[in-house]
Amino acid sequence: MTQEARETILPSGDRATAGPRDRVVLNVPELDQCVHCGLCLNHCPTYRVTHLEPESPRGRIHLVRAVAEGRIEPLDPARGTPNERFAEHIYLCLMCRACETACPSGVQFGRIAEAAREVLGPPGSPLARRLARLAFTQVFPFPRRLRWLASALRLYQRSGLQRVIRLMLPRRLREMEALLPTVPSRFFAPEADPRPAIGPRRASVALLSGCVMSTLFGEVNNATVRVLRRNGCDVVVPRGQVCCGALNVHNGETTAARRMARRNIDVFLDAGVDAVIVNAAGCGAAMKEYGHLLRDDPDYAERAARFAALVKDAGEFLAGLGLVPPSGRIEMTVTYQDPCHLAHGQKVRAQPRQLLAAIPGLHLVEMEGADRCCGSAGIYNITHPEMSKELLTEKMAAVGRTGAEAVVAPNPGCMLQLRFGAQRYGPALPVFHLMDLLDRAYEAGSDSQQSAVRG
Amino acid sequence: MDRASLFGELRVIVGDQYVLVEKEDVIVYEQDGSIMQVLPEVVVLPGSTEQVAGVVRAARRANVPIVPRGSGTGLAGGAVPAEGGVVISLARMNRILELDLRDRIAVVEPGVINQDVTKAVAASGFFFAPDPSSQAACSIGGNIANNSGGPHTLAYGVTTNHVLGVEVVLDDGRVVWLGGRAPDPPGYDLCGAFVGSEGTVGIVTKAVLRLMRSRESVRTLLAIFDRMDAATQTVVDITGAGIVPAALEMMDRLTIEAVETGAPVGYPRDADAVLLVELEGVRESTERGARVVQEICTRRGARGVRVAQDDAERLRLWKGRKGAFGALGALAPNYYVQDGVVPRSRLPEIMRQIADISARYHLRIANVFHAGDGNLHPNILFDIRIPGELDKVIAAGEEILRACVAAGGSITGEHGIGLEKKAYIGLLFSDVDLDAMAKVRKVFDPDGRFNPAKMFPTPITCAEMRRAPAKIPAGLWI
Repeated sequence: MTQEARETILPSGDRATAGPRDRVVLNVPELDQCVHCGLCLNHCPTYRVTHLEPESPRGRIHLVRAVAEGRIEPLDPARGTPNERFAEHIYLCLMCRACETACPSGVQFGRIAEAAREVLGPPGSPLARRLARLAFTQVFPFPRRLRWLASALRLYQRSGLQRVIRLMLPRRLREMEALLPTVPSRFFAPEADPRPAIGPRRASVALLSGCVMSTLFGEVNNATVRVLRRNGCDVVVPRGQVCCGALNVHNGETTAARRMARRNIDVFLDAGVDAVIVNAAGCGAAMKEYGHLLRDDPDYAERAARFAALVKDAGEFLAGLGLVPPSGRIEMTVTYQDPCHLAHGQKVRAQPRQLLAAIPGLHLVEMEGADRCCGSAGIYNITHPEMSKELLTEKMAAVGRTGAEAVVAPNPGCMLQLRFGAQRYGPALPVFHLMDLLDRAYEAGSDSQQSAVRG
Repeated sequence: MDRASLFGELRVIVGDQYVLVEKEDVIVYEQDGSIMQVLPEVVVLPGSTEQVAGVVRAARRANVPIVPRGSGTGLAGGAVPAEGGVVISLARMNRILELDLRDRIAVVEPGVINQDVTKAVAASGFFFAPDPSSQAACSIGGNIANNSGGPHTLAYGVTTNHVLGVEVVLDDGRVVWLGGRAPDPPGYDLCGAFVGSEGTVGIVTKAVLRLMRSRESVRTLLAIFDRMDAATQTVVDITGAGIVPAALEMMDRLTIEAVETGAPVGYPRDADAVLLVELEGVRESTERGARVVQEICTRRGARGVRVAQDDAERLRLWKGRKGAFGALGALAPNYYVQDGVVPRSRLPEIMRQIADISARYHLRIANVFHAGDGNLHPNILFDIRIPGELDKVIAAGEEILRACVAAGGSITGEHGIGLEKKAYIGLLFSDVDLDAMAKVRKVFDPDGRFNPAKMFPTPITCAEMRRAPAKIPAGLWI
């Protein structure tokens, strides 16, 4: 690892606006694999809603291919601004990658869409694009700035200002404001010292603290650490780690994303662990793909691939390790929402269900379309509120039909969206992370055995 | 009427958001599942029969062609707007209007996905029999247009055997019902004339489908062969033994490689061919049938026969077969599929001929097909960007079709003629035959407005598109 890599996390000054440029060259080998059979169509949430071919995976691939062939200009040749019709289609995509699950040819659609978005830059109006780029390059790479922003939000929510502002906002903004999650009083922060395994040591792991997870779901991170320790893992949360960069990559910002990836690779490889554990599906998928993100980086391609092989979703890892069965009971009927980037992005479907089945008293009822996107999709619920709402109402109806008392969704985006859905559309039920429930089951078991392990 | 006023009129009929004219919108409708491309001028997505009728009347006044489109999964260019004009996508008309299990019928709109019909009635013990490999995506309207088949065609027949009636919009915008809710109405079988007409006589806006009762027992076997010849001989023996499986499918080594590369299901990569055999009926008969099939396979030298132990395994075996076409993308950027039919007794011989053609042209050909009814699908793999490659592919394809006809078969089993096979329809029909068909078409569509340049031999063919660029309409890509 170079010293430079540690230092140059600062963005280099790429801007939303660009001057005139040569014709964009898009070289996406994944395009060749699509023979436009159409089997993806009905697995695509946006196609299911619109029935428009340009809003389908096959249509989007065709559009990107047209760009690669020089038949469509992705950017205005004079001004360098996005071709709006093209950008609309590329950005209405949720990046849920359900099409990848459906594709008989194994087309990695995510890579095609990411390449197109890299050309286009972030979505929306010039102002929105500028703000997004600012957030992606100046906030997400810096954990302290993120925490500062979350603190400001917390202050806003607790000072009474929120109630005042809400009354003043126009409807559209009020609805966006309502999506703001409540910021808890404590954040989760990396620590220098590893926390030891409880019982015989089976593995040594590092945990990604995550940007959203550490600010909004710190308690889930704590639960994850406890569950891992109960399963014989030394757990370290290495200092110096940053946000995984998934939001950047999904929204056409790759310069800072690559910098963040390099930083994380250095930090986690230095930790010398058996596995890098991620409890946010979107982050896990992005980190497993660092090898692809840095494929053209001669200094990092190999390290990135080595790192990516270490990345495991928390549920995936525990199921592979063999879960220490929790002895505490949770008498509850739950339904499970497959996070897109877990089921489609990482092909992890069975493992979380196995873990749920290991909790005594817990009963899992499958909902219809459990692996269909809930409409959260990173910042999609902000950039595309109407489509997001359409998918969320359908999702909540499916949840309601199961009669479950709670939803389990091991990903922060889904949790926020489903909580919003439960509150807005019903059924009013709690939304848990898988690690929450496992932790509670262990806790319930240890309460009876009087061996608390908090700390 | 000029284009601007046509577009304006269409917007009034179906609403702004369902009239697409921008290049970034219409370009994705230039293609279906085949390799042909022609850019449409405008794409409309009507939401009701009345809107379809309105669009047809407007197109007639503007004197432009009309090309109906379902899900665009066709393999013969049927939904490609060969002469431009208005593409009518029926994707939004996707409601199941009525399910009557006592009469065993479903009334559906044309955009309903094939598989969704079965899904809607499966819990009650019924299914819709036609099951094209694309059934998770293809539409009932497209099935009707192409008289589609599928693996289970062997036992249950093709789409025309399962459509009792259709509501159609005629060329002048009038709406009529042909056929009805009861089978075998008196008079001309005009519903039958619409099934398989490939969008050349009108637009189906509703259909009455026949529902079948699910069978008590299903057995699915995968027989593995080290030699293609042994596999084809086995097919002849199975049908010769008087067993009619519900499905009898074959996949060759190259197809297995594609499936196992794209989305693996566990087919043996080192086999030369596998047969997928499904038996349906009462338990006693499927058990006996499975035993006989196993014996025949073994006698013909099968390396092994796997019997699906549960529904999950059965579905996995089928998933590979149903995804086989799409999986070819894992091997090559393009494929050109033929749909020839031969009497099944000639299967061993035709497969040897195809292997010979493949060797002579230096083209890889992946075979996945309905062996039970002799319906071949040789897929010629290639890269359209390599100069001269397409010419070779077309020549090889033509040789395969000629061999099929010479063996007493046909040029298409279920994919339709479309744009892509019409140069070869003359191999099968005499001028008098074709004239009789043309007369039927003229009755319904005197101006030739519905899906022009399809089915009948006209100057523009797939081969000629390449060789006579002057004839290519503006915006045509291939």
